[in-house]
Amino acid sequence: MSIATMSLRRRMRERGLDAVTLLVIPGVVFVLALFIYPFLYGLVLSFTPKEGGWLANYQKFFSDSFLYDTIYLTLQIAVPVTLLNTVLSVPVALRVRLLKRQRLLTTILVIPITLGTVMVAEGLLTYLGPRGWLNRFLLEFGLTDSPVRLIHNYWGVMLSLVITGFPFTFLLTLSYITGIDPALEQAGAMLGARARQRFFRILLPLLAPGLAITLALAFVQAFTVFPSAVLLGAPAGPTRVISIVAYQAAFEQYDYSLASAIAMLMAGVQVIIIVALLGARTLVFRGPASTGKG
Amino acid sequence: MPITSRDFRELRLDRIGRDFGQVHALRDVSLTVGRGEFVALLGPSGCGKSTALNCIAGLLQVTDGAIWLDERRLDEVGPEDRGFGMVFQNYALFPHMTVRRNVGFGLVTQGRPKAEIARRVEQALALVRLETQADKLPGQLSGGQQQRVAIARAIVVEPPLVLMDEPLSNLDAKLRLEMRAEIRRIHTMLGCSTIYVTHDQEEALSLADRILVMIDGQTRQIGTPEELYSRPAHPDVAEFMGYRNLFRCRAETTADGLAVTIGAARLWGTAMDAVGGAAVAAIRPDDLRPTGDGPIDATVEIAEYHGRDFYAVARGGDGTELYFRSPMRVNPGEPVRLAAPRDRVLVYAI
Repeated sequence: MSIATMSLRRRMRERGLDAVTLLVIPGVVFVLALFIYPFLYGLVLSFTPKEGGWLANYQKFFSDSFLYDTIYLTLQIAVPVTLLNTVLSVPVALRVRLLKRQRLLTTILVIPITLGTVMVAEGLLTYLGPRGWLNRFLLEFGLTDSPVRLIHNYWGVMLSLVITGFPFTFLLTLSYITGIDPALEQAGAMLGARARQRFFRILLPLLAPGLAITLALAFVQAFTVFPSAVLLGAPAGPTRVISIVAYQAAFEQYDYSLASAIAMLMAGVQVIIIVALLGARTLVFRGPASTGKG
Repeated sequence: MPITSRDFRELRLDRIGRDFGQVHALRDVSLTVGRGEFVALLGPSGCGKSTALNCIAGLLQVTDGAIWLDERRLDEVGPEDRGFGMVFQNYALFPHMTVRRNVGFGLVTQGRPKAEIARRVEQALALVRLETQADKLPGQLSGGQQQRVAIARAIVVEPPLVLMDEPLSNLDAKLRLEMRAEIRRIHTMLGCSTIYVTHDQEEALSLADRILVMIDGQTRQIGTPEELYSRPAHPDVAEFMGYRNLFRCRAETTADGLAVTIGAARLWGTAMDAVGGAAVAAIRPDDLRPTGDGPIDATVEIAEYHGRDFYAVARGGDGTELYFRSPMRVNPGEPVRLAAPRDRVLVYAI
């Protein structure tokens, strides 16, 4: 029987379409209604400014250093945090992989995610404040003469992003690392490679694709920082991140069109960074992290 | 640079043991492997043979005993410094490196000059007949080819000892036979001492100069393949060596030899221990043959045609299952009389 004479149902099945395919409909509707539509709406809105030509919002953003500097300010926070969280995750995950009671440690590390950024920020305000435990301890033991300023500036935002971001990068990294066949490291050891060589020649190249994904996701999370930049940072100064400017445009100046344009620029920066990361990933090995039967 | 070199006389395991918590995975195993010797560790899965191999490799620490390479104590040396080659069950090839770089890895960690690495890798690849695949990634190779890369990678550093952990278990039957011959050929050519872990008695018999049979973490017997095959020291070893017929019996020494009574049948046997009274008789299916006047009465239940002969299962009058081979056709339901030569009925005390 040729394909042309098969019943419609059989031809659909031949292409992998059967009743199960219908289950994707709710998902598709959800994505269309809550992601694609608002995005397109915002995109169109950003080109219909309150006054001026269709590019007026973008012209305004890039002509006002008070606005365009926020890209640089946000990157200044997001890039170091992303790198720090990812770089810290690797050795911790390498060690945790060998633990028998992994679950307990993993649970402890995941708690900051469940607390949410606002609660972590509140906690840090008290803990790191001028009368907080940390400064009292430092003053009591004479380690410093005046309270160390760790809130309402760059470092406060940085610390809160490490606390909420690290568990996330750690869990991702752990899952990538446990996906690497331990026999590969053993094979390296049998061939005379010491711990350092095993890490740089075997583990790291196999981990690189996973690290690229981790970096991309951690970056997106850090770049869109808002609550901790307001609560723990100096939202008028060094931690005037791009999401604050978008918020101010929308809810203080009621210029939704400009706010949409800023949101689009945020998305643009993120896309550029992510494409660059995933592009770099293709330069290294991209296959599975183990070889089984051929 | 490994501390060991190819010039050694013997590797000695001196009563090594390994505990995992309360579990004794390995107890009191002693073995001496001479230079150029091929020794197989044979046993059912979970018997501790891979544990023993990992202890020799240094990937596991021994909890008892010592490992010596000539006068040098090895069990406190890390795997990096032992300089042994190892072929893993799943090959453990580095998936991000080409075949050439996989094979050259051990030479790179030794800091050899580039020209020497290139030359020796080329030689090793020629030895396993993979010259044309040198620039492929392991994922692009078939199972048999990956296996050859793993072997080349282990031998290129010219280790004093090559360890192989069930290297053929992931291959299909035909390829397994081919690679078995290949391993034998490479061993003969290079003369490197080899310790080979397997659960396949045929593999062990065909490859090894000596076999250590391990059951429950302990040595049951060490001997040449011939010794193990014809005179297993213990019913467990006999079972493992293909003595499928293990019968509870009564044995008594008479003027004419050892008389064995299995159910209603009476035949002659060979004593493997000091036997008398209750005993176990072990007979290989190949040694149990149908004859017109055999002492064992049975009815054929299953007969499989194997080309050269028939492999059959029969049931005795008391319900015992008997496995035998027959050069002529036997049919299910037929009565049959079976006999075995006196020296092929091995009797063990229980």
